[in-house]
Order: sequence, then structure tokens, then C-alpha cells
Amino acid sequence: MTTMTQNITNVHQVFIRATAEEIWEAITRPEFTLKYFYGTRVESDLAVGSPFVYRAGDSEELLVEGEVLESDPPRRLSVTWRFLYDPELAAEGPSRVTWEIEPQEGGYCKFTALHEGLGEKSAEQVAGGWPYIVSGLKTLLETGKPLAG
Amino acid sequence: MDDDDRVFRALADPTRRYLLDRLHERDGRTLTELESALAMTRFGVMKHLKVLEDAGLVVTRRSGREKLHFLNPVPIRLIHDRWIDKYTERFVSALADLKTELEETG
Repeated sequence: MTTMTQNITNVHQVFIRATAEEIWEAITRPEFTLKYFYGTRVESDLAVGSPFVYRAGDSEELLVEGEVLESDPPRRLSVTWRFLYDPELAAEGPSRVTWEIEPQEGGYCKFTALHEGLGEKSAEQVAGGWPYIVSGLKTLLETGKPLAG
Repeated sequence: MDDDDRVFRALADPTRRYLLDRLHERDGRTLTELESALAMTRFGVMKHLKVLEDAGLVVTRRSGREKLHFLNPVPIRLIHDRWIDKYTERFVSALADLKTELEETG
């Protein structure tokens, strides 16, 4: 356990046809995360040092818990991240997630989700999750509809 | 050329798929590290990485003086989502598991 590598970084990036403000809302408001973030509700007042959590859509159960490290609406949000739904992942300790929104020409934004400081099991887990989430976010913002299913 | 064309074009080359495999194994590598895995000039590797970057399959980030390369699977996921919805996904992944199991035991 003491030799565990805890420094894996995952990067997920996509261009989204939406304004920076729309993307910011989609990350920070529960009515949006319900539709693309595994049916969870995000909760935070987004002040630095405040809690940043995801709850199950249909209960008060906490699935991810962290706190706001950096908040620069609508460009950059950085939070600590503790997985609570799986003891193995929780044991690997906290990591850090940063969302970057960079407006481009032609009504697009470059959207990046950066997950740093991951242990091996957590890295494996998020490698499957982020592509689905980021793709779902793009679909939701561009079509107004969540991914099928 | 649209986004999907760039992805398919980038994937239609064994060296570029090899580079993606290396990044899948361990993410966040420098050009020097990637170059050492290939019998190819630095310039050749850079050209391939540029095609992968243009397709969005590789994203670079600076870390101090180093430029690190990361595998970005989102474009592949978007292609997946376009033709495979959540209901069919279960059948497809069951078939993929079956194929893996048969090939490993057989």
C-alpha cells in the first residue's frame, strides 16, 4: 500500500457547440448533471473551500465528495475528489478534477476535464467513465437531449 | 474533412495505433519516450503525433519544461455513441466478452 502510485493523470477533451456560460451551468447545476453524469446531482455553492459533492439522483446518498480549490466562472473550476461509492477506490485517497472551458472561433468552446493524482484502480475506473460523461455533456448541450437510454 | 474523417484517417495507420497503445499503457509521455519505442526519426514520430492531435486523439499539456502527450478517447466514444445506443451496448459488450473468453481459452 505504501508504494502505491498516486500520480496518474487522465485528460478528456472535446469541442462543444455552446457558450462558456452554458457549459459552466451544465457542470455546476444538478438539473444538468442528472442528465449526463450517471443520473447524479451536483451540489456546491462554488466558493473556494466549500464542499463539492455528487449525490445519487433518487436519494441523499453521497457518491463523490470534495471541496472547491479554484473557481473562475465560466472558465475554470478545480475540486478535490474522493470516491465514496467503492471502498477500494476510496482507499486510494483523494484526487483532483479540473474543468477548463476555452472559447474558440465560430461559437465553439474547447472543453477539457483533467483528473490528476489518481491511484491505479481509480484511474482504471475513470478511464471508462469520463469518455461517457464528456460525450453525454456534448450531446446534451448540442441537441438538448441526453444520450439514448 | 470533418471530425470523423480525421479520426478514421488517424486510426488507419499501424504506427499511430501503436503510439495510442503506448499511451493507453501509460499516459502523459514525452516525445523522447515515445520516440524510443519506435525505430523512426524524431521528425517522423512528430508527424504522426500531429495527425493524432489534429484528430483530437492525443492532447498535449505542459508540465514545467516538458510537453506531455495524453490519449484522449472522447472522439472514439463519440463515434461509438453515434451508432451504438445504451440498449444495444449490453449485447455488443456481451459478444465482445465472449470473443475475448473464447480466444483466451481456445
